Amino acid sequence: MDFVRSDRGGPRVPLALKILIAGGFGAGKTTLVSALSEVRPLQTEEVLTGAGIGTDDLSGVEGKSTTTVAMDFGRITINEDLQVYLFGTPGQDRFWFLWDELAFGALGAVVLADTRRLADCFPSIDYFEQRGIPFVVGVNCFDGSRRFSLDSVRQALDLDDDVPMLLCDARDRQSAKLVLISLVEHVARQRGEPVPVA
Amino acid sequence: MRAEYPDTQHEWLDADAGPVVRPYTLTGGRVRPAVEGFDLVAFVLADPAADLDGHPRLHPEHRRLVELARRPVPVAELAARLDLALGVVRVLLGDLLAGGLVSVHEPPRGPFLPDDNILKAVVSGLRAL
Repeated sequence: MDFVRSDRGGPRVPLALKILIAGGFGAGKTTLVSALSEVRPLQTEEVLTGAGIGTDDLSGVEGKSTTTVAMDFGRITINEDLQVYLFGTPGQDRFWFLWDELAFGALGAVVLADTRRLADCFPSIDYFEQRGIPFVVGVNCFDGSRRFSLDSVRQALDLDDDVPMLLCDARDRQSAKLVLISLVEHVARQRGEPVPVA
Repeated sequence: MRAEYPDTQHEWLDADAGPVVRPYTLTGGRVRPAVEGFDLVAFVLADPAADLDGHPRLHPEHRRLVELARRPVPVAELAARLDLALGVVRVLLGDLLAGGLVSVHEPPRGPFLPDDNILKAVVSGLRAL
């Protein structure tokens, strides 16, 4: 296939696509990554330092406090040349700057909404809207949560009509995969439209 | 690289306390790699002819990275497998790249990448799950 970057006879290097899984704390991000990943979700950390961002050298600042932010991610192998990586975004607002790295080059995003705490996903939706990153909203149906109609949730989220929205169960692989498919189809549909003139 | 969490005597040193070993000690305080890049999903591949014996100053973590990258592995997975912060792994990878021990394949960028054929392949791959 033409998207394989051959490596002068060495091992074939696949193409990896990045999809973000966002939503408020406890909305089911890691659950959805687990349901879809072919490996147990992996965790990677970024270090935040009290020395500030933009510094080039940390020597001599050992006294400054550091903290780490964990990001869960999983993998889906589509074929030998193509992989999808699902990255759960850090939930807390103070880690927004990490989102920029995660979002850079991302195919799109899934925003998980929990109808018990709908407002928790507002910041995620704002983030993707402002940056023109395609996203879909998965309304995670928790046990015991009141079932709302999709229309009423769409209204509450003030979501554009063209943003796909579907009910899902983040624990269920079949349900979770339908959310991802709707995202990829949404991305493809957007490609079919003319590029807006600034 | 993470120190063992001591048990009962130091119960305040739990996972929330962060790594006990300061993460950037390994890089000598450097927080920027020698070169920019290393996207989360950039694939790293060791040079098949990489001769680590010729690089006595490399850390064990450098050597682990080269071993893991005998087949293409994305940066995020390398960080997860070594249990090192991403920034630390990027610095170490920068050393390896500068030494010609690995190559890095950044994901292609562009407004219409990936193309429709790739999107179709993803959808059919997901349907088959």
